[in-house]
Amino acid sequence: MDFDPKRDYPLGTQRPDLVSTPNGMPLMDVTLDSLRAGRIDGQEIRATPETLLLQSQIARAAGREPLAASLERAAELAAVPDDLLLAVYTALRPRRATAAELEDWATQLESHGADRTAGFVREAAGVYAERGLLADA
Amino acid sequence: MRSRRFVSREKRDLHRETLVSPLPELGLVAADGPLDPTPELVIDEGIVVRMDGRPAADFDVIDRFVVAHGLDLEVAAGAMALDDAELARMLVDIGVPRAELVRLARGLTPAKLARVIGLLDPVELMLALKKLRARRAPSNQAHVTNLKESPALLAADAAEAGRRGFAEIETTVGVARYAPLNAIALLVGSQTGRPGVMTQCAVEERRNLELAIRGLVTYAETLSVYGTEPVFVDGDDTPWSKAFLGAAYASRGVKVRFTSGTGSEALMGYAQGLSMLYLEARCLAAVRAAGSQGVQNGSISCVALVLSVPGGTRAILGENVLAAWLDLEVASGNDAIASHSEIRKTAKLMGQFLPGTDFVTSGYSVMPRRDNTFGGGNFDADDLDEWLTVQRDWQVDAGIEPVSEEEVLRVRERAAHAVQAVFQELGLPPVSNGEVAAATTGYDSSEMPDRDRAADVEAADELLARGVSGLDVALALDRRGFAEIAEAVLSMQRQRVSADYLQTSSVIDAKGLVHSAVNDPNVYSGPGTGYRLEGERWELLQSLPNVVDPAELLGNDSEGEAVVVEHEEAAKGDDPTEVVVAVGPAFADAIRKTINELNHRDVLESICAGIRDGGAVPRVVRVRRVADVAFIAHDGARISGSGIALGIQSKGTAVIHRADLEPLDNLELFGMSPLYTLESYRAMGRNAAGYALGHRVGPVPTELDNFARAKLIVRTTLLHARETQAVQPGAAAVELELAAVPVA
Repeated sequence: MDFDPKRDYPLGTQRPDLVSTPNGMPLMDVTLDSLRAGRIDGQEIRATPETLLLQSQIARAAGREPLAASLERAAELAAVPDDLLLAVYTALRPRRATAAELEDWATQLESHGADRTAGFVREAAGVYAERGLLADA
Repeated sequence: MRSRRFVSREKRDLHRETLVSPLPELGLVAADGPLDPTPELVIDEGIVVRMDGRPAADFDVIDRFVVAHGLDLEVAAGAMALDDAELARMLVDIGVPRAELVRLARGLTPAKLARVIGLLDPVELMLALKKLRARRAPSNQAHVTNLKESPALLAADAAEAGRRGFAEIETTVGVARYAPLNAIALLVGSQTGRPGVMTQCAVEERRNLELAIRGLVTYAETLSVYGTEPVFVDGDDTPWSKAFLGAAYASRGVKVRFTSGTGSEALMGYAQGLSMLYLEARCLAAVRAAGSQGVQNGSISCVALVLSVPGGTRAILGENVLAAWLDLEVASGNDAIASHSEIRKTAKLMGQFLPGTDFVTSGYSVMPRRDNTFGGGNFDADDLDEWLTVQRDWQVDAGIEPVSEEEVLRVRERAAHAVQAVFQELGLPPVSNGEVAAATTGYDSSEMPDRDRAADVEAADELLARGVSGLDVALALDRRGFAEIAEAVLSMQRQRVSADYLQTSSVIDAKGLVHSAVNDPNVYSGPGTGYRLEGERWELLQSLPNVVDPAELLGNDSEGEAVVVEHEEAAKGDDPTEVVVAVGPAFADAIRKTINELNHRDVLESICAGIRDGGAVPRVVRVRRVADVAFIAHDGARISGSGIALGIQSKGTAVIHRADLEPLDNLELFGMSPLYTLESYRAMGRNAAGYALGHRVGPVPTELDNFARAKLIVRTTLLHARETQAVQPGAAAVELELAAVPVA
């Protein structure tokens, strides 16, 4: 794939060939005619992990490392079900989860391929332990 | 004993507010607090061992997050070694590019950032902000809410906001279950006003994510952060939970902006004795570290608290600059009510308005503030013409466009009809034609017909259960003949797929092109560079609906029957009871009314009647060589048998003159022409007669209206221009006679 993060932004107008829906429908085919013909599924209109990784590369090339890291986490989380997403968020709130519970959530994230985000949760667990932000076991 | 002036001032709106002296223990100090730490960063073998007065073991959750994810240690050594004053000078030095400053900021600790910003005065802060803004062009965000959660009114207001050029529109709910209905009304309305407007519905995170997953909203700015650990924890979050949530939103295609702002820590009781600006520096360091593309800051809901302490307005501008320095998109507040005083809140606004920020307000209330359920409405529907006029005055683009009443009514009605159709297609409780009509022309929600709110919330729950999405909204619009709105709604769904608007400071234009700090960055480097309001955009922003063509303001008076007849050149009179009435070159000819709309015939008759009342004889002449009232009167006096003349310009300004006085001296000057009635002119005539006959004369009582000039100066200028155009240099005065009714 020929991709230059400094040249190919915005993807939607510069490189629509690189963008598709999670079902594999090319961006250019997301049209009113396709919609009328019932060819687009409402649940599938969102960015794919691949697209989010391209956006992460674009952010990094523009010198925005923390944004790039966040978009990498977003790419991982794109494949994580809504309920797990919200459960992990709740567990990360102050004094909601024990160290073991956070470890369990991290493992579940890994099972969805979200390795970086799992590391992020483990890092939080370490800090929470030192700052009294874990739930009482 | 009381001064009545002090008592009068105490009744002004400003005095509803409390001003306090600094109390650092409670965090009631804007900047440079006595307990703010000295900037410090000690790195040992790649590990931060001390920062801003704390050893690593004592780092709180914010310090740890900033160290782990924000601070760039490679930059830090050099950046922290720079002198505070040198960094401050670099911020305002147009020779130092934004990119270099952004690079240095990556290695600065919160205390260092706050210390440097604290060295800048307000004008320096504005220059720094102009230079550091992430996106090339400024824009603005609108609030759209109403007390009845009327979908037709939400759609109409969103359409007007879109049409007026707001790049983002934010709504919220009074009743949480309304969220999907309000989000749909906002989506349909916004895309009717202008394709590409981004929308959000500020609700609890789970509901918000659900709306995002359905494609009903495109951005969120509800992710609040705080500058001390106890307040962060009281807000039921940590930097890790917020950063996770930010990534979660992005994973669902939502543009994410965090929210922070000075004053929140003091308000929530745990400022730890630290200044507002320093705590905001900690917030912003955490926001950047969390990977947010931007921030809503500028005190936001705590603005009135910050304005209670000395330097509050400066600190708020300072925190906007700090966010921009950290390379964050800035939605710069000005949404919550900052002051009861129109003067004070406008003065505060200028800090963001003049340099321009990514979003000059983080919510301009498009509807009257009583319908603003954010507690916002610092500037609202009634203030729009003032906002537009101030943009025009300064030649500054603060993100709102003038639109004609006709066009506003058109888009409002179209949007209300569109949301009516969508509600019907989606099986939601009907929107009546009465609602459409009231939403199109009404002032606020008090004019909206009441809806069955129980039915609305039930339908909203059921809508979510059915999994209705943005695509269903587009289909419904298409089926009912709103193809162009359907296309715009679908285009927003395409934007979710390409996710370009997740980059820093993104807005979407009407053609669907994303403009962000990546492809449309601010490159200001001094005069003549960067975003400047010029060309077509300047033409648009100066063409307010109430602007008139000066060439047409006066109309054409000179048509119709002649009012006066000119005779031979006027000779020196020899009747000692004679008073000359000397009129200007255009009087009763090219101009036929005074600025107070008195017919010149009536004015002349009144003056002459007054002269006769006083026992003297009027003689009317036209002075042709000059338009200045002093010379008109003096020329008249020199040919008057008594040496007395009353000179009058076409606009109605008059002078009583005497031949032996210097031209610019006079006996009486009547400069308040907008206030004069025919009776006033008759009194002037009487006085002139009195001077001619050597009687004791008390001056004609005059009134003063200091606003007359502001109101009428354009008409005065145009009238005087017409008078000067009638001047015939060197021409002698001529005798004049009223055409139909002879004067003498």
